[in-house]
Amino acid sequence: MDRRDFLKRGAAAVAGTSVLLSACKRLPGDSPNDLIRDSQTVGGMTCRVNPNSGDKVSLLGFGMMRLPVEAGGTARENPDSPIDQEAVNAMVDYAMEHGVNYFDTSPAYCQGMSEQSTGTALSRYPRNSYYIATKLSNFAPDTWPAKESKAMFERSLQYLKTDYVDYLLLHGIGMAGGNKDGMAAFYARYMDNGILDWLVEQKRKGRIRNLGFSYHGDVKVFDMLLQWHDEGRYHWDFVQVELNYLDWNYADEINSRNTDAVYLYEELHKRGIPAVIMEPLLGGRLATQPDSVVRQLHKRNPEYSPAAWAFRFAGTPEGVLCVLSGMTYMEHLQENVATYSPLRALNDDEWDFLLRLAHDIYELKAIPCTACNYCMPCPYGLNIPQIFSYYNACIADGLLPDMEARGDKEFIRQRRAFLVGYDRTVPGLRQAAHCIGCNHCVSHCPQRIQIPEEMNRIDNLVEQLKQL
Amino acid sequence: MTAKKSLLHNIRLVLALVLFILVNLLFLGVGWGVTRHIAWAAKIQFLPALLALDFGVLAVLIILTLLFGRLYCSIICPLGVMQDVFGWLGKKAKKNRYSYSPEKKWLRYGAFIVFALCLIIGFVPVTTLLAPYSAYGRIVNSLFRPLYDLLNNGLAAIESHYQSYMFSEVQLWMRSVTTFVVALLTLVLLGVLAWRNGRTYCNTICPVGTMLSFFSRFSIFRMQIDKSKCRNCSLCEKNCKASAIDFKAGTIDYSRCVACGDCAGTCQFDALHYQLAKRPFHIKQIEDGLSTGKHGHEPDAGRRAFVTGMALATGSALMAQTKVKVDGGLAVIEDKKTPYRETPVTPPGSISSYNMERHCTACQLCVSACPNNVLRPSTDPMRFMQPEMSFERGYCRPECTHCSHVCPTGAIRRIDSEQKTAIHIGHAVWIRKNCIPVVNGDSCGLCAKHCPTWAIAMENRDINGRIVSVPVVDAEKCIGCGKCEHLCPARPFSAIYVEGNKMHHIN
Repeated sequence: MDRRDFLKRGAAAVAGTSVLLSACKRLPGDSPNDLIRDSQTVGGMTCRVNPNSGDKVSLLGFGMMRLPVEAGGTARENPDSPIDQEAVNAMVDYAMEHGVNYFDTSPAYCQGMSEQSTGTALSRYPRNSYYIATKLSNFAPDTWPAKESKAMFERSLQYLKTDYVDYLLLHGIGMAGGNKDGMAAFYARYMDNGILDWLVEQKRKGRIRNLGFSYHGDVKVFDMLLQWHDEGRYHWDFVQVELNYLDWNYADEINSRNTDAVYLYEELHKRGIPAVIMEPLLGGRLATQPDSVVRQLHKRNPEYSPAAWAFRFAGTPEGVLCVLSGMTYMEHLQENVATYSPLRALNDDEWDFLLRLAHDIYELKAIPCTACNYCMPCPYGLNIPQIFSYYNACIADGLLPDMEARGDKEFIRQRRAFLVGYDRTVPGLRQAAHCIGCNHCVSHCPQRIQIPEEMNRIDNLVEQLKQL
Repeated sequence: MTAKKSLLHNIRLVLALVLFILVNLLFLGVGWGVTRHIAWAAKIQFLPALLALDFGVLAVLIILTLLFGRLYCSIICPLGVMQDVFGWLGKKAKKNRYSYSPEKKWLRYGAFIVFALCLIIGFVPVTTLLAPYSAYGRIVNSLFRPLYDLLNNGLAAIESHYQSYMFSEVQLWMRSVTTFVVALLTLVLLGVLAWRNGRTYCNTICPVGTMLSFFSRFSIFRMQIDKSKCRNCSLCEKNCKASAIDFKAGTIDYSRCVACGDCAGTCQFDALHYQLAKRPFHIKQIEDGLSTGKHGHEPDAGRRAFVTGMALATGSALMAQTKVKVDGGLAVIEDKKTPYRETPVTPPGSISSYNMERHCTACQLCVSACPNNVLRPSTDPMRFMQPEMSFERGYCRPECTHCSHVCPTGAIRRIDSEQKTAIHIGHAVWIRKNCIPVVNGDSCGLCAKHCPTWAIAMENRDINGRIVSVPVVDAEKCIGCGKCEHLCPARPFSAIYVEGNKMHHIN
């Protein structure tokens, strides 16, 4: 397993089936439905209606965080390469043509290049034919003061070539940052500087149409913000959470610091707050499943790819407004469009089937890294996502050598393949052995992975294998 | 050419090629799976066996020489075979190019005495330069191995497309410029000499050649000229790469004859035969002075220059801090630099730096065998080209004892991984000013976490009024493997490095 295989697997995971269906148009005169449960399909793409604004939003949202770059791959693989704007334009064209009208970006995505690229691609269309979601990002503490925060918002408008944002999110509430825990970081980032009130004011002025937040991390912050909603202190037009069939029940089993999606969703749904879904594929992991899992999926229904199953799951709950997919390649987009044109919602049997499958996947003990790269760059040179994805890919392919079976012919073969593949995938100086445990990365991880602990675990395995 | 005549030549050729290929495979570092089975090809070399006091091998080699003459020089010695290759090419360019020349006694015995003295007093630069097998080892290790590695990496890159894991990529790096230059000069000098005059080196400078000549004079089987058949055509003399045949006198200098059998093959009159000596144990004295031999100049080993540059300062420099972008990217990793070590670190099994100095002929076989990029030739003139350890590219892994298995000279005695755990080749030394927790306050402890003998503990210490957790080394527990030095995040100089133990501690 090495880098090249990942790319191959990534591309192969999505069959390029494109279904030509007409777009769902945003109809200005439509009256807002009181409940978003009234799913409807306009043309091909399934659309849902936001009860707060009446927006008719396509179920598939285009995440602009993994845009292709000219040197190949994304800005993660080739951080110095500019975004391949032609490829982005072509994908946006296809998306618009097929009814996708929700585009999610952030000042932090793609090394800061995402908003400009998104603006360039979208500004070729009438402003009322698409919805833009962007964020007030929280990563670098030097952007936290009020002045810098306001500048960030103004810059977003400028980059996106618009004078209003349809959906503005407080980025990653609950995440630790700037040496503060999730709660303290939330106050420091959005409250103490008065920036949330300023955003509410912008909404009143019409510069923001829907105000919400994306949530990663400490559930106390999530609960507090919903309590404010109940108290009428702030009104959330939408909330973005992670939801997929693995996180539905197993998020806290996989990592005790995380919260099950079923809880997050139910809390939103009972308040009538539309949920925007991120990580429907868990960073692509649900699209490239272990062989045993893929076989079960195929046996159940060979027409759906693993990715299609995951998208159908994420789109099935009626309180879901939109499911985001960070797409790099046209083939991903085509398949996802087909999956939702229209959505074939899971029946109860299928729903339970996926939840049972989640149990099997959980038992494989992969590291829940989605390769979002928020942890990078590691100041000590490690390539954290690459190490994790190599490890996970070996688990997924059943190639992780089992120390219990040492001495077996198969074990000897797997051991060599694992060690050689590790060196091929991750350069020696960027491997797990070099993690000093400084913990700088931990607060950045939206999955709240204890990265140094996992590095230690992987390095111990490598060391054990080498010593045989 | 009769069948009998060609027999010696053919047997020699086949054996020589087989051994030559094996020795080349050894020095190319084709992988432990092969190396472990062919390491004997280095251990049957004369000088290494002498240094290792391997009396069995020495006895066999001496008896072989007493029986058959200097077959050793034609079959076993890789430097001899290499010269034969050049000589063969030379003969393609110009036939019958050699001629008899009398023995250069003063040079031959002078060089031998100098070599023997240097060996006894332990003057390393001369012994390592003159030892023939080692000279060849350096040529392959320094000049050909990089090409092999390049090929290996190319194949690894290709096979990675096909889910295949036969070739693992290796680091390509210059282990020592000095050794590279020495190897290149040796190859060019000996190549030219062999092209023009055949075995000049073997019969003037080579201490092993001279040593064996003491026995080959008495050899039982030897090439002999049948005066009754000889027509004085001089072809044999013109094809003797050892310049040992004087056809006019009808004599062969058995101290220089390497029993190659080429002369018998060229004789048109069946006058040369490899057979039992008619008068065994009789020394055929060759008269000096008549012939004006066309000898080339002898290699002047002492003139070869060497560089003794060393990094003295262990300056502290941190990792290049790249501007932290919020969404990905990789930090730049600065290359590590070799620290100055008071005592060189030598591999487990080498007993002491003294033992290493006295036994090693700097053949670089251990360097070739080291899978961890730890061993490299020294540039110190008193340990010239002998191996020493450093940990910029890897560390001495606990399960590996490859160098001790391949060393033919006893410079690195054979040990197993069990024994290795008890050998303390050095001890780690902490350098406060480079240590990450001291420099930037990040918590670290990587050295302590990875130490295989738990010789490093992290302790809180007051440093400039700040309580910082820093490593404390228990030198008694430290085995000097270099894992801490290798993994230390401080760059280019590690904050913890291994200082050699003059004599390895065993416990």
